[in-house]
Order: sequence, then C-alpha cells, then structure tokens
Amino acid sequence: MASNYDVTKEEIEEIAGVNPLRCMRCGRCSAACPSFDNMKYHPHQFVAMVENGEIDALMESESSIYKCMSCMACIERCPRQVQPARLIEAVRLAVVRKQGQNHLTPDDIPALLDPDLPQQALVSAYRKFTK
Amino acid sequence: MVYSYFPGCTLKNKAKDLDAYGRRSAEALGFTLEEIPEWQCCGGVYPMNKDEIAVRLSSVRALAYAKDHDQELITMCSACHNVIKQVNNDMAHDEYISEHANNYMKSEGVEYHGETKVVHYLEVLRDEIGYDKVKEAVRNPLKGKKIGAYYGCLLLRPSDVMAMDNAENPSIIEDLIKAMGADPIVYAQRNECCGGYLTLEDKAIPEKRVKTILQNAKEQGAEMVITACPLCYYNLKKHAEGTGVEVKYFTEVLADALGVKEEN
Ligand code: SF4
Ligand code: SF4
Ligand code: SF4
Ligand code: SF4
Repeated sequence: MASNYDVTKEEIEEIAGVNPLRCMRCGRCSAACPSFDNMKYHPHQFVAMVENGEIDALMESESSIYKCMSCMACIERCPRQVQPARLIEAVRLAVVRKQGQNHLTPDDIPALLDPDLPQQALVSAYRKFTK
Repeated sequence: MVYSYFPGCTLKNKAKDLDAYGRRSAEALGFTLEEIPEWQCCGGVYPMNKDEIAVRLSSVRALAYAKDHDQELITMCSACHNVIKQVNNDMAHDEYISEHANNYMKSEGVEYHGETKVVHYLEVLRDEIGYDKVKEAVRNPLKGKKIGAYYGCLLLRPSDVMAMDNAENPSIIEDLIKAMGADPIVYAQRNECCGGYLTLEDKAIPEKRVKTILQNAKEQGAEMVITACPLCYYNLKKHAEGTGVEVKYFTEVLADALGVKEEN
C-alpha cells in the first residue's frame, strides 16, 4: 500500500517486535484499556489496522497514539502475547521522528507546569511525545 | 545488607521526604541504601521499541555499577524500577539490544549482560527482611487504620518481567499494611492506571481515572491509599479533594509506623 509517510507495516512490526498475525480479535485488550473512550482506534483495532497496512491512518490519528497511557494493561491481559501497546509506541515514534512533528515542544512546557508536578511526569511525557 | 540505590530524579527533587523516610526505615530494619554515584535519570518510561538504544544506557550504567560492586540494585520508585528491570531483561535476553548497547558502552569500558538483580524496596521488605521482622520493629502500630494499596501499572506489569507478584491479584503491599498493624482494604481499581503522564497535557483524563479509583477504594472502606510511584501519588493527591481518602507514599507510612519519621 502506498504511504504518505514512507513508513511500512513491516518497519512498525520490526521495531515494535510484534507480530499482529497472532491476534485472534478477542478484544480483551480494548476491554482492559483505561483510555478506551479517549482513543479513536482502540487497541484491538490498532492491531488489525497494522496487519492491514493502514499505517497512514494510524499516524494521523492523534487520539489513538497520544492518549495511550502506556499502562500495559493490554499487554498483560492479551491471551496471545500480542502486546498492542508496543505497536502504538512504534507508530507514535514514527510520527515524532518526522521532523517538526514533535507533539510537545519546550515552548509548550511552562504553561503546563504546576508546582507539585513530579519530574517523572515531565520526563515521561517528553519521552513519549518527542524524539 | 548493602544495596546499590537508584533514587531517581523525582525522589531527589519533589519527593525528597519520601527518599529520607525510605532510607531511615531501611536503617531501622537493618539494610543500607548506598546511592549510586552520578546516576542519570532513567527516562521515566520504558522504551518499548527495539531500536531505541541510547535511552536505555542510563539504566545500563547503573546496572553495571551494581554488578561491579557485587550488589543488588534497589529502587523506591515504581517507575525507575519498571524501566531498569525491563532494560535489565533486554540486556540478558534481547540479542539486538544487548549487542548495540554494549557497542556504545565499550568506550566506557563496560560490558554488561543482565547480571545484576533488580529489586524494589517492597521486595526487600518481603523477601529479605521478612514481614514478621517488620512487624516486630513497628513502634507505632497503625491500629484499625483502613488502608488500600494502590499499585497502578508499573510495579506489576508486564508480569513476566517484573515478577514481583500476581499482576491481577497482588498482595505485597496489603501484607506490608498488615505488618504495620493496619487493615488492608482490597478494591478492584488498585491495579488500574491513574492516567500517568497524560496529566501534563490533559488533566481531565487522570481526573476521571482518579475519581473512579478513589471512589472504589472508599466504597470498600479505605480511609487512605498508599503508593510507591511519585506520579501516581501526584495524580491521586491532585484529585483526592472531596473524596475523603488520604493519599500517602508508602515510605512515609512505614517511617511513621517504625517511629523514625522525625530525624533524631
Ligand atoms: S497501554 Fe495504552 S492501549 Fe494499552 S491498555 Fe494502556 S492505555 Fe490502553
Ligand atoms: S487481547 Fe490480544 S488477541 Fe485479543 S484482540 Fe487484543 S491483541 Fe488481539
Ligand atoms: S522513573 Fe522517574 S523518577 Fe525514576 S529516574 Fe526515572 S524519571 Fe526519574
Ligand atoms: S498508575 Fe499512573 S503513574 Fe502510576 S504507574 Fe500507572 S500510569 Fe504510571
């Protein structure tokens, strides 16, 4: 399938270390997902779309890649060890690695700070939202 | 017993007291946290992709330091623990990651293949000291206090690597609560995510998660919840108002029970 971004499903599967063919579409990952309501494509759909090579659509879906909390519930509760969150991370990384696509820039930070916020929130968000 | 201690940037800054309570409690129980010199922030979240090598190196350096000193590596922060333990697992079992990371580390004279044992403070209490000993050391038993454990995500998942406890039905914190003389409250949301780092750009998501978590804890009778993750702590505390549930870091409650909360 032609891609606007030159990112193939093979690359996503490779850097994620995930084989979406293992998925049996049981939906347990999506049932476990605490961010289900916030995401356009839910974890089980995300897996299916990678398998179908619909990478562009995933890369363009901000809610699906940035509202994942990396809580690993989908990884823990999948009966087939598919690890959907790793695919989400791979697509997110493909997006932020594209120049100028950082979801968060240093200019955005001051407005987001509050005095009790732990460093951990900042470094984690930075790791997830920038390259 | 002396451990190589990785405090993490949060316990060094915003959560300094929590670090001090943990160190004093350790001394009271007979183990020592020896801080790894010049440790670097682990990044806060485990890099799930294979080709992210550079971000794993701060963990590898800390792990290699512990190996050189023949010590186990201990953390008090769930996030540091999660990152370092998963990176350790990569170094032991993922050839691609191990080879590439070791290539980087050569210039520093380091070769590392996952030899160090990574333990969370809670595991030391349970497995090395033993909860019976903790119980004996308690000076101010928290009698009748109803406390819920909040595990969040990072202590337990992924369970095949973290291997601390049953990820769906854990008891390591409940058993500590018992040892401190309080009553553990079990509630379904104790291992469901609080919203984590999304708090930075969208407060509404953690707010909704935390209300669900704390309401559930309260319905089951909890007056307080305790956690081992500074980010859980922040999110829970931020949105605890009006729920009537107190939120504390586990080291504070422990130091209190052991009678070492105030420096003497
Ligand atoms: S890791 Fe992301 S996708 Fe998976 S359950 Fe958690 S929030 Fe949902
Ligand atoms: S839980 Fe696993 S097998 Fe089931 S739909 Fe999700 S990824 Fe597929
Ligand atoms: S997990 Fe947190 S606190 Fe621990 S070092 Fe890493 S980012 Fe800093
Ligand atoms: S519960 Fe929240 S802060 Fe804690 S581990 Fe999960 S996402 Fe991180």
